Amino acid sequence: MELVEVNQLQAAIDSFVGKDVYLHLETTNGSYASHFNEGFFNAGAFIRNVVINFELGKVVGDSPHRVGLKLPQGWVYAQGITHFEIDEEGRLLLAGHDGTGKLAVALQLSETPFSY
Amino acid sequence: MTIPKERHVLVIFPHPDDEAFGVSGTITTHIQQGTPVTYACLTLGEMGRNLGNPPFATRESLPAIRKKELLASADAMGLTDLRMMGLRDKTIEFEDDEKMVGMMEELIEETKPSLIITFYPDFAVHPDHEATARAVVRAVRRMEDRPKLHCVAFANNTLDVLGEPDVVYDIKPVREHKMNSMKAHISQTAWMLEEMEHKLQNGDTETENWLTMERFYTYRWDQDFE
Repeated sequence: MELVEVNQLQAAIDSFVGKDVYLHLETTNGSYASHFNEGFFNAGAFIRNVVINFELGKVVGDSPHRVGLKLPQGWVYAQGITHFEIDEEGRLLLAGHDGTGKLAVALQLSETPFSY
Repeated sequence: MTIPKERHVLVIFPHPDDEAFGVSGTITTHIQQGTPVTYACLTLGEMGRNLGNPPFATRESLPAIRKKELLASADAMGLTDLRMMGLRDKTIEFEDDEKMVGMMEELIEETKPSLIITFYPDFAVHPDHEATARAVVRAVRRMEDRPKLHCVAFANNTLDVLGEPDVVYDIKPVREHKMNSMKAHISQTAWMLEEMEHKLQNGDTETENWLTMERFYTYRWDQDFE
């Protein structure tokens, strides 16, 4: 993965507009957050292989960036995006990695389903 | 405490690297004593958070990396019967409970273990650890002739509630195998190993102790978790 280059990422997002695409969206503090820091309120969410079709997608802000997708009847967004990659299968993988190298957020789009 | 000879040992954990920290010395010793050991690893740790910064992997490339690491860890322990069970990291507790018990029953039926090693329900911290432990305990509970059940517990309240572990093995003779098992999972353990080497060089006895003693609680059927 590379650090987000806004123009490249915007072009990549635009290439998925108006298509049925598989979505992976994840936010996490890690399952050990309340173990190492008792009292920590651990929250996160995970969606994988839900099909969406968005009409507008934007990357906004300085790093860490925010990325939002406008659907005909709804929204998808993620904040904290630092890195991106278009992998060998043409999937757009966005991630937010903290200073210690841990993933905190991921937003991924693919025209074919992600693995299980 | 010396490690007794078993007929067959069945180890069941959800993530590649779960075996390395708590149990790899014990597994290695059983194998060196000629006891067959089966390790069923339920997921490939697909949701691991250590991806580096700069990243060395993506959410999508991580499973293949961790699969290779799991195979390398098995090699380090001399383990030849490794089962990858194909579930997804962080989803085990949401699977059908009876399906999970059935998976454990099939493993037990096939390997006929005299000893099963897993996590201790309610003292295993990670939701996947807890779900694995519950499924194993439920499967064993239904057996007429129960094998020994040794459980790893590391929740912060373990000592307060369970007291000291009743099974403690000194695995110094296979220390290098344990180190190599932990090193095999380098994508997940790099930062921890670095910290550990530093402490060991400074003569930290707690770290040396952590590295060379493996601790288990025999499951307490008279205080069953449900």
